[in-house]
Amino acid sequence: IAKEVAKLLEMKAQLGGDEGKPKFVLKTPKGTRDYGPKQMAIRERVFSAIISCFKRHGAEVIDTPVFELKETLTGKYGEDSKLIYDLKDQGGELLSLRYDLTVPFARYLAMNKITNIKRYHIAKVYRRDNPAMTRGRYREFYQCDFDIAGQFDPMIPDAECLKIVHEILSDLQLGDFVIKVNDRRILDGMFAVCGVPDSKFRTICSSVDKLDKVPWEEVRSEMVGEKGLSPEAADRIGEYVQLHGGLDLIERLLQDAKLSQNKLAKEGLGDMKLLFEYLTLFGITGKISFDLSLARGLDYYTGVIFEAVLLQQENEHVEELVGVGSVAGGGRYDGLVGMFDPKGRKVPCVGVSIGIERIFSILEQKLEASEEKIRTTETQVLVASAQKKLLEERLKLISELWDAGIKAEMLYKKNPKLLNQLQYCEDTGIPLVAIVGEQELKDGVVKLRIVATREEVNIRRESLVEEIRTRTSQP
Amino acid sequence: QGTRDHPPAQAALRERLLSTVVSCFKRHGAAAIDTPVLELRETLMGKYGEDTKLIYELQDQGGELLALRYDLTVPFARYLAMNKVNNMKRYHVAKVYRRDNPATTRGRYREFYQCDFDIAGQFDPMIPDAECLKIVHEILSDLQLGDFVIKVNDRRILNGVFAVCGVPESKFITACSTVDKLDKVPWEEVKSEMVGEKGLSPEAADRIGEYVQLHGEHELVGVGSVAGGGRYDGLVGMFDPKGRKVPCVGVSIGIERIFSILEQRLKASGEKLRTTETQVLVVTPQKHLLAARLKLISKLWDAGIKAEMLYKKDPKLLKQLQYCEDTGIPLAAIVGEQELADGVVKLRDVSTREEV
Repeated sequence: IAKEVAKLLEMKAQLGGDEGKPKFVLKTPKGTRDYGPKQMAIRERVFSAIISCFKRHGAEVIDTPVFELKETLTGKYGEDSKLIYDLKDQGGELLSLRYDLTVPFARYLAMNKITNIKRYHIAKVYRRDNPAMTRGRYREFYQCDFDIAGQFDPMIPDAECLKIVHEILSDLQLGDFVIKVNDRRILDGMFAVCGVPDSKFRTICSSVDKLDKVPWEEVRSEMVGEKGLSPEAADRIGEYVQLHGGLDLIERLLQDAKLSQNKLAKEGLGDMKLLFEYLTLFGITGKISFDLSLARGLDYYTGVIFEAVLLQQENEHVEELVGVGSVAGGGRYDGLVGMFDPKGRKVPCVGVSIGIERIFSILEQKLEASEEKIRTTETQVLVASAQKKLLEERLKLISELWDAGIKAEMLYKKNPKLLNQLQYCEDTGIPLVAIVGEQELKDGVVKLRIVATREEVNIRRESLVEEIRTRTSQP
Repeated sequence: QGTRDHPPAQAALRERLLSTVVSCFKRHGAAAIDTPVLELRETLMGKYGEDTKLIYELQDQGGELLALRYDLTVPFARYLAMNKVNNMKRYHVAKVYRRDNPATTRGRYREFYQCDFDIAGQFDPMIPDAECLKIVHEILSDLQLGDFVIKVNDRRILNGVFAVCGVPESKFITACSTVDKLDKVPWEEVKSEMVGEKGLSPEAADRIGEYVQLHGEHELVGVGSVAGGGRYDGLVGMFDPKGRKVPCVGVSIGIERIFSILEQRLKASGEKLRTTETQVLVVTPQKHLLAARLKLISKLWDAGIKAEMLYKKDPKLLKQLQYCEDTGIPLAAIVGEQELADGVVKLRDVSTREEV
């Protein structure tokens, strides 16, 4: 039997297998997803609120290619470098997909020898994360960055970044939020006075960074157990990182016996005080918290760092709180552009990245919970016919409407039933129907039906465009 | 290589352009979708014929084998099959990736935008097809690119012509790709390729020649087509496990080519396009007024006004006004010591220099 089976298998292999049969691959790559019309409608709303905020602050927009030379990205992301997507070596330059929008920005500034710019950039970035482990973590996702590059008087641009985060999160009505701020220099100063050896600064920093997800005890045992920190140093760190507050905390720390001896910490605290003064003038300190446990993962921050988190998920029916975690983050990074410039010429930068994907998820859930129906088109009127053989008239009328800039649709049927056409309006949210009928044509009018109320009025053909504009309050 | 950054001036022009195109799509009731830039390699293989070698592949890093999308049509067909959609009118504006040899002066980049509009579904004949052409007409008119012509033909007519001219069925597709070159290359050359390379008989070639000359010749020199499309009823079926067909017709707007044209025009006209929409610059003429500036600008932002200020504690008045001239900001809101005392703001019209 085995011999016969082997013979059959060989024959099957010879047949080639897929001859004539369609090879259907019905999925998107792991960690990526399509956006259908409903999701796009939400997305558009969010982008439009965010972009209008960026524009309100006078930012210009730029765009960069999705791939960069592999060398451009190497060495900028620390441990995260293994998450970069590489393109196959197909005989040209070695390329990788961009991991964020900040490194491309730094490259752009250095390449074009730009010394100052205020720019926003909204585009997709790519990371070979393991989506199963980190819920809601995609491999292809949007980032929404705003950055101010240039040598300016201290903390003014930094304050504007925070003002922008505050405006965006308020405009999007995501509920209550807090923006935590800290400073790399304060962190480093704190580590120094707590007895952390210089060489362990970065690794201890990344442990402290976990405090927003994991309790102090666990972080402490990682620092002592895995990272080789002395228990005393860990305890000293513990006293500081539990602190958060406002100007009063800053004043207190400026008086702190140990910290005030540390040059770096003093510098950081001085700037933090200035920042808070500006934020007070902007009227937003109610939602700002100077938080010593804030660390931020990336290596390139050199000064102020900040992170915005939502305080409460309103929708309690969701099992896993997608949306827990930050919705925006950023800071000052004065050394990055210099890494790209042949002369090492520095361009100081400060910026913020809005966590657009988290915001989408939250709004998507909210919408589902509220049962509000979101339209996927902006069509103002359906051109319909009441009797048969009126296709030509429909085509003529819809063409007139389009030429006047009216958003109009019609069914692709020669003789559609009126009921089907009205149903289409109900299904897609089209508010008006322009009905052509034999009698109306003779009288030079069009019957305009208001879908919501079912009332019908006869409008003179010449006035139809204006009537539609008024009734849908769209120009 | 073959890619470029889009600095603010270009990005602003591009934004204008895309928004004109999208507003036309919306006028016709299309809904937007978006798909990932990455597709499984298998999704893209076998769909592009000879062009398959131009697909950017990702390195095998131990997971699925991936590639960058080559167009927006195959992803659309996959989307329809995946979601079992029977009818849809959708637009998709996004970048695609091709390992072309970039002759950058001809506008053929390796990363470029496509603007696709497609109508999927079983409908009464030619109505959706006509709407696609109406859309191309509207867009090209709205963009004021000058005179244009939209050439139309039909695969069935072409194949019919080949058949009556004596071309063997097996050579239909290859004959087609030769005829396709007629927009760039004279008939003589096309004929010799047909006979010399593709093995058509000289008589068949001549007969084809009589038919294919039946067309006009209008073209934007040096740029090629600015939009193209057609009906493709079999594609979705290639993705559906049951081979279920969804007829489609659509068009792709050649946005990069149009962008080049507009960019050149702008350069030639010397017109300067603003890269921001700022309405007013908040200005302080004397020292020690940073706090007043910060307070005022914050009020303006909170009211939705597009405002900027210089990031200097004590900027000079002249520098601030110069900044307005450089960036096209039309108004300056000046708060000096006197104005603060009087509870007013001096509003200056940058172009006329009058102040109230």
